[in-house]
Amino acid sequence: MATVTGTEQAGRSAAAPKPALKPRAKPPVWRWVILVVAGIYFLIPLYAALRFAGIKAFPSVLHQAGFTDALTLSIRLAAITTVLTVVLMVPTVVYVHLRLPRLRRLLEAITILPIVIPPVVLIVGVLAVAPGNLKSSDTLLALEYVILAMPFAYRSIDAGLRALDLKTLVEASNSLGAGWPSTLWRVILPNLRTAMLSAVVLTIALVLGEYTMASLDLYQTFPVWIVNFEQSSGPVSVASSLLALFVTWLFLMVIATLGGRRARRTGGSEATLFSQVRRDTGSGSQPPAS
Amino acid sequence: MADQTTVTAPPGIRTGSGRRRGGLASLARSAARLLGVVPFTAYVLAGLLIPTVAIVVGAFQDSAGKFTMSNVDTATHGIYLQGFRQSVELSLLSAIIPGILGLLIAYAIHTTTRATVLRRIAITASAVFANFGGVPLAFLFIASLGTTGIVTGWLKALGFDIYAGSFSLFTFTGVALAYMYFQIPLMVLVILPALEGLRPAWREAAENMGARTWHYWRYVGGPVLAPAFLGCLLLLFGSAFAAYATANAMTAGALALTPIQIGTFLNGNVLAGQENVGKALGLGMVVIIAVVMIIYTMLQRRAARWLQ
Repeated sequence: MATVTGTEQAGRSAAAPKPALKPRAKPPVWRWVILVVAGIYFLIPLYAALRFAGIKAFPSVLHQAGFTDALTLSIRLAAITTVLTVVLMVPTVVYVHLRLPRLRRLLEAITILPIVIPPVVLIVGVLAVAPGNLKSSDTLLALEYVILAMPFAYRSIDAGLRALDLKTLVEASNSLGAGWPSTLWRVILPNLRTAMLSAVVLTIALVLGEYTMASLDLYQTFPVWIVNFEQSSGPVSVASSLLALFVTWLFLMVIATLGGRRARRTGGSEATLFSQVRRDTGSGSQPPAS
Repeated sequence: MADQTTVTAPPGIRTGSGRRRGGLASLARSAARLLGVVPFTAYVLAGLLIPTVAIVVGAFQDSAGKFTMSNVDTATHGIYLQGFRQSVELSLLSAIIPGILGLLIAYAIHTTTRATVLRRIAITASAVFANFGGVPLAFLFIASLGTTGIVTGWLKALGFDIYAGSFSLFTFTGVALAYMYFQIPLMVLVILPALEGLRPAWREAAENMGARTWHYWRYVGGPVLAPAFLGCLLLLFGSAFAAYATANAMTAGALALTPIQIGTFLNGNVLAGQENVGKALGLGMVVIIAVVMIIYTMLQRRAARWLQ
């Protein structure tokens, strides 16, 4: 950080004006030490897991009993949840931004609710009130996952909208003769591409990794399968976990790079996964459900 | 209520007294505007609020549906009280230690120059690791520190048999260790924006007046950062408190934690007369987390005064 020569300093030092204040002793060493130690701490379990599972376990994962079914179920649920989330959240958030700005606070508060009511507790309530035919189908899970994904989707879309000058865009579009559907589809959505991608990826990652509600609802989604399979083969479970992790990491890297690149192009704020780090200030963020 | 007389404004300038104009018509217009959020509201009502109400109501009902306090009573005594206590202890532990460590790491990241690759990697890595919770984390740790884990083996080769004592991955300590794995990156992610909010100008001004590093942190940086830091600790607490997957995958329900205990009410053997104790436990969890989140919101607002 730049330091400024104050008149006091100049007076205190020797007669000959020193060019700059002696730089605060900020050796980069400690910074690197911390990051390296942290890096090691986080990489060791990964490495240990790789050694434990053994390279041979990875290809064999695909052939295990129940793997395909569990993965298919998870993917299906992820697809349903993602579509529902986007269709529900994008119009709502856009609408609130445009027409009901005073509701934004309330909306934000509502999106905190799925954090206050943890999945463990939610599934108890859901199983108590769900109508019979819905309860016996796995679509119930997908519907509830939309609730779980809501905070992340809202955050992403809200961040994306705040980076735009929505009112001007809409008014310009209207003044050029576009109707509402046209404005939404051809003006707003293309500008929300990164935000929507972020919301989609987070939702998919959430569904593919969600264990609590699925296991308590007695459905064998992919994470549930991994845990159940541990009885038969530890290395396979570990290998599957690593695979799932790697895929999630890929997804997240994709949003991070796309988000960063787009922000640089449009000069907007860089919406990272949980926080919106503006160029000069920061704002709040929020945790994942576990 | 009559319109307040205001100074007539030039045409085109909206005045604040437009509130009451139009009466019923404007009311109808506002109602029509609210229609846009109906789908969302309906969904949240059906998927979130109604189940919650079911839990709150059910917590006070016995198996015949009559009002009773016995569920709440059971939930606050005996093994369930122990469950709450252990959950709170676990959450405190995995909030405070990762909180401090996360702050250090975040500060290390923050002091790197803005656009370096290292910074990008560190932030993305934090995001990925913060998402680690749940099943993969459990297995990562079983592979490392389980009885046949790789790290256990290394330590044994070095002469430390960690399983000789009372340590086991499947106890409180083991679960706490695992929780730290995703709590530390979570802390990094949530405290980073607050650190970014510390203006360099403040540091320079402090130095101008002769402050050294310690003085800066003691009188400027610390007080400004404190609400944000405490808020993040609360967030971590809530995150650890509500966690189910990791503990369950690692201990298979052996550890007395409230989320695990709630789970047993869904699929385990439930004693007669105790069917709704699970709901009472759930109510307890919601109350605790709600209190935490309220304090968190207040702290965030306090923090936003200086950091935005």
